[in-house]
Amino acid sequence: MPLSPDEIVFWQWGIVQLNATIVYTWLLMLFLAVGAKLITRRLATGLTRSRWQNLLEIIVTAIEKQIEEVGLSHPRTYLDFLGTLFLFVATASLFTVVPGYQPPTGSLSTTVALALCVFVAVPLFGIAEQGLASYLKSYIQPTFIMLPFNLISELSRTLALAVRLFGNMMSGAMIIGILLSITPFVFPIVMTLLGLLTGMVQAYIFSILAAVYIAAATRVRAKSRDPDAGASPEQQPG
Amino acid sequence: MLINWFTVGAQLLNFLILVWLMKRFLYRPILDAIDAREERIAAELADAAAKQAEAEQARETFRDKNTALDQQRATLLSQAAQTAEVERRRLLDEARDAADSLSAKRREALSQEQERLSEELVQRTRDEVFAIARKALADLACAGLDARMCEVFVQRLQDLDSATRDELVSTLTPGSDPVLVSSAFDLPPPQRRAIQVALADLFAAEIQVRFETAAQLINGIELSVNGRKLGWSIADYLTAMEKSVGELLTVPAVADAEPDTAHDAESTPPAAEASTAAGPPERSESEQRG
Repeated sequence: MPLSPDEIVFWQWGIVQLNATIVYTWLLMLFLAVGAKLITRRLATGLTRSRWQNLLEIIVTAIEKQIEEVGLSHPRTYLDFLGTLFLFVATASLFTVVPGYQPPTGSLSTTVALALCVFVAVPLFGIAEQGLASYLKSYIQPTFIMLPFNLISELSRTLALAVRLFGNMMSGAMIIGILLSITPFVFPIVMTLLGLLTGMVQAYIFSILAAVYIAAATRVRAKSRDPDAGASPEQQPG
Repeated sequence: MLINWFTVGAQLLNFLILVWLMKRFLYRPILDAIDAREERIAAELADAAAKQAEAEQARETFRDKNTALDQQRATLLSQAAQTAEVERRRLLDEARDAADSLSAKRREALSQEQERLSEELVQRTRDEVFAIARKALADLACAGLDARMCEVFVQRLQDLDSATRDELVSTLTPGSDPVLVSSAFDLPPPQRRAIQVALADLFAAEIQVRFETAAQLINGIELSVNGRKLGWSIADYLTAMEKSVGELLTVPAVADAEPDTAHDAESTPPAAEASTAAGPPERSESEQRG
């Protein structure tokens, strides 16, 4: 069996190829966009609203709240990016209950792409928040000796993001595939459920870590303004 | 190689497109809806607070007005009660006075009527009684009785006291009209003679006597000399008796009216007595006096 959906190629023209990763990503994008469009087509601003609108409101406000809890004071600025990260990864793992589906996040190419997005987004948000000089200055904090370590940290954590998500998703798919060949009944279902849980946890971890990195990049000025703003949540779970 | 760099680029692009799509179709509408709802709720809350404040103020105003109205009403009620009490007393007094005057008039009329009736009754009784007596005596009158009556007349002539005799004699002047002797029945000749003898004795002279019959004398004989009369008649008795009875009856008739008036005063209803506790006795006394 293929280790990554990248290996399932439907169409190829030179370097350009249409593999399962891209196709399933499009399907997910279609699902998310159409679903969101359908639900938000007729939004109620009154006190009564449809249960689907209620669900979306719960999801959006929960994400917003999580971002705020991480330490970002203006969660709506980061909601588009971080929320989409979470929803994409979560939906990708949620669809593993559909037989024949290959999660795009089980491809290292996808996770690398997502990690690269985070890698680029962090300095962008940091510079937008505190200016280029101030942001760059944060690399030589507390002393310039820390500069290489900070740089290595930037790279390694991006790599870690990509590999962690890939490893978890890929392993989940692999385990289910292997179990299906060994014990075709019952047990794969349990493992699918476990895979769903793992996928949700990974989606949460991925987006929360991205939020934490952004928070760390935008926090310096806030910290200089308010010393009691709390310690940097520079922790690496998973 | 696990990483397909074309796929990486494609996925990067896909992700950015997805971010835009999500922003366009999910986050903005949802957040806008939430904001709109929150604004609306806030507006409604503010509106409710404003209305509550307004209502509170209105309630205060109404309470003040209510209190003022209550006080005003109480004042008006007490005034009305006082006015009504005064009016009631006035009306009661008026009614009492009217009732008293009416009662007095009624009593007066009653007493007058009673008096009149009593007088009439007395009169009629008296008339009837004497009519009966006259009739009975007239029926009983006869020759025997006339003879006896004549004897009594003669006896009376003989028994006249000297003063009366002198007076009679003095009236009988010579050449005057003959002496008239009236009787209810025709006197038989012996009796006429006896009377003539007795008259001759009385006047000590022979005089002319004229005999006449007068039914109104019933039983009796009357002597008339130049306007002076002397006689005996049952009619005289009856007239004297009628006179005395009339005197007797007129006095009791007035006296009888007094107990009746007192009885009327006692028979007035208890309520009227109670309402005019001080009045009636005094009035009845005054009426008795009157």
